Amino acid sequence: MKTEILMPSLSPTMEEGSLAKWYVKPGDKVKPGDIIADIETDKALMEYESIEEGTIVDLVVREGTENIKVNSLIAIIETEGSSEINEKRDVSIKQREPSTKIDSEETLRIEEKVSSVPSIINEAEKFDQEANENQSINELTVREAINSAIAEEMRLDDDVLLIGEEVGEYQGAYKISQGLLEEFGPQRIIDTPITEHGFTGLAVGAAFTGIRPVVEFMTFNFAMQALDQIVNSAAKTNYMSGGQINCPIVFRGPNGAAARVAAQHSQDFASLYASIPGLKVIQPFSAEDAKGLLKSAIRENNPVIFLENEILYGKSFPVNINSELVIQIGKAKTVSTGKDVTIISYGIGMMHTLEADKKLRELGISAEIIDLRTLRPLDFDTIIDSVKKTNRCVTVEESFPVCSIGSYIGAQIMIRAFDYLDAPVLNCTGKDVPMPYAENLEKAALITPDEIVFSVKQVLYKD
Amino acid sequence: MKKFSMSKKELLQLYHKMLLIRRFEEKAGQLYGMGHIGGFCHLYIGQEAVVVGIDSIKKNGDQNITSYRDHGHMLACGMDPKMVMAELTGRFTGYSKGKGGSMHMFSKSEGFFGGHGIVGAQVPIGAGIAFANKYKKNNYVCFTYFGEGAANQGQVYEAFNMASLWKLPVVFVIENNQYAMGTSMVRASSTEEMFARGQAFNIPGKAVNGMNVLEVAKEASYAADHCRSGKGPFILEMKTYRYRGHSMSDPAKYRTREEVQKIREEKDPIDSLRSLLIEKHKILEKEFKAKDAEIKAIVTEASDFALESPEPDIEELWTDVYAN
Repeated sequence: MKTEILMPSLSPTMEEGSLAKWYVKPGDKVKPGDIIADIETDKALMEYESIEEGTIVDLVVREGTENIKVNSLIAIIETEGSSEINEKRDVSIKQREPSTKIDSEETLRIEEKVSSVPSIINEAEKFDQEANENQSINELTVREAINSAIAEEMRLDDDVLLIGEEVGEYQGAYKISQGLLEEFGPQRIIDTPITEHGFTGLAVGAAFTGIRPVVEFMTFNFAMQALDQIVNSAAKTNYMSGGQINCPIVFRGPNGAAARVAAQHSQDFASLYASIPGLKVIQPFSAEDAKGLLKSAIRENNPVIFLENEILYGKSFPVNINSELVIQIGKAKTVSTGKDVTIISYGIGMMHTLEADKKLRELGISAEIIDLRTLRPLDFDTIIDSVKKTNRCVTVEESFPVCSIGSYIGAQIMIRAFDYLDAPVLNCTGKDVPMPYAENLEKAALITPDEIVFSVKQVLYKD
Repeated sequence: MKKFSMSKKELLQLYHKMLLIRRFEEKAGQLYGMGHIGGFCHLYIGQEAVVVGIDSIKKNGDQNITSYRDHGHMLACGMDPKMVMAELTGRFTGYSKGKGGSMHMFSKSEGFFGGHGIVGAQVPIGAGIAFANKYKKNNYVCFTYFGEGAANQGQVYEAFNMASLWKLPVVFVIENNQYAMGTSMVRASSTEEMFARGQAFNIPGKAVNGMNVLEVAKEASYAADHCRSGKGPFILEMKTYRYRGHSMSDPAKYRTREEVQKIREEKDPIDSLRSLLIEKHKILEKEFKAKDAEIKAIVTEASDFALESPEPDIEELWTDVYAN
């Protein structure tokens, strides 16, 4: 019987990849464990093993093909008998049967069923498609933007270096530092042992002497081990020394939920860091902001927490590739103007907000959307001006609700623009629980565009 | 090992610094009692030979960094006693404009990187300063001080590992005064050989009589040469003793008065150097008297300067949160 071989997923957030190499050709016999292909993404390379015994009948995609969606057909193998595995495969084939001739919308729906990634990815995908529709000439992923910001600043200033786990030879756990070791060498691209507390303290000490380290945390979850050095050493020494010893350092890495990695690996620390005087805190959404703000962060004479997002790394955005692109820290961006309600968000919250905005437009609701970009210092001028115009506000973020950025903004709007408000400020946040693993529970714990739409309707007193 | 000797002039300089620290700390204790110094205040009395001995072999550009028992380190490396006392009393003329206090003082020009209030945190920071030295190829050594109590912190070993792995020019100085607050070393450490704590990381170490300033200087010189020659870090365990409490609010219940008294009488670092100066260099009693008067004048001047200095302007609350 014929069995389909599908494009595998190498990671929870992988959406597509390339077929770098076929090790088999039609007619070849394979056994379970035989390597049949190299699958590559912008993050990783994997040797793909057969789990079947049989004969390769057809290679559906050609070697070198890029952007192959996870779970799409890549080859067909003739197997003997009807093992349990084959029965399972049959089910998946049946589900996919119309895939020989279906429209893209259906593919999306089927992929939602079979994919192991949650719907958030599909939202991201839709967003991507749209970005592609409005394609400008220069497209850059957030990953490329961050990589080029680091590289450009390292070329400008010999005191800038990158330090962290797997930043060098491994090329970055999320491939942010791809190619940097080759260009700058091991003196400036420094692989550390797995000792967050220690290497953070070490980088802070180097920064006290004028070196400008960019510290990569594999994720900000692991920075918890280094929190003392960030808060007590990096953030406070300029003040405690009466301005004698400053700390020009960037702490960066993915923050917030990835996909299906559960409670210890999925949390947004933005409000925690934003509460500390002495730190500056940035959480960009677009590639252009990621690049321009990271360049500013590296030039900054103070410690900067630069919060990235794993799900956004692979997203493409139109970018002004001018290497002089530097975006000022502390300025929010009004992404679209509107008159009915102000929606304030940052980071991946912006992705959900833009998705929600489409539905709001269909409902005839005109939203003014503000991307905070910098969380400390907050740009209250932009926020208050907008609320004075729209008289209503919803905040959107992925963090826990207690002491969130949104709750602080809500309180400040009450203090600074009380008489302008026609409704209470509502906060859309992640749920007040540790992140669960199960797909449905995880989805329920995260914010969704529908929740944003619901909140907007509430502040507008609409059903 | 290279022959190590010091001239009479150099020895008198060591004596001067140790006595300055002793008298300065006594004055700080008095000012604390009078309410002029607030918060935490950890006196260095008894341990003077450690920083003075090490400072005597430092080269221009070498740095030092320590914990919160830091007044001695600052005076040893040449920071102005007036500005140190002004900081202790929270005055604008202090090293940190009155915003740091006893535990948080710095002087970039003297290579003093603090003054850190979190036990053990200065150890990776010190390794980082050494990392920068290597990065800049300036051949400086960073002397990183911490107590035998801090030597049980995990981050110390993270720093040991990286310092050894990357051959950083850092001398880890463990000031073993035998008590971490009120906990004696035997009650807190599975092993008592602090100098051997780097064995797992291939860091050589040596126990030193930290009550003898010449011993300290000799071993520190060896350790610094080791670092400067590119061989990586070195650990010096300085066996020393603090006469005063951990801080000013010490209950004095964890050791006996007799124990403290015995060490003061038999091992005091200032008295031993004084004996040496009398016996070997024939210094006369009147010369010591003159030195006493000189030191007293410096300390009085520091105290007067501090108490006459203004508190920081209230606007200073908002300055220095960020560097420009």
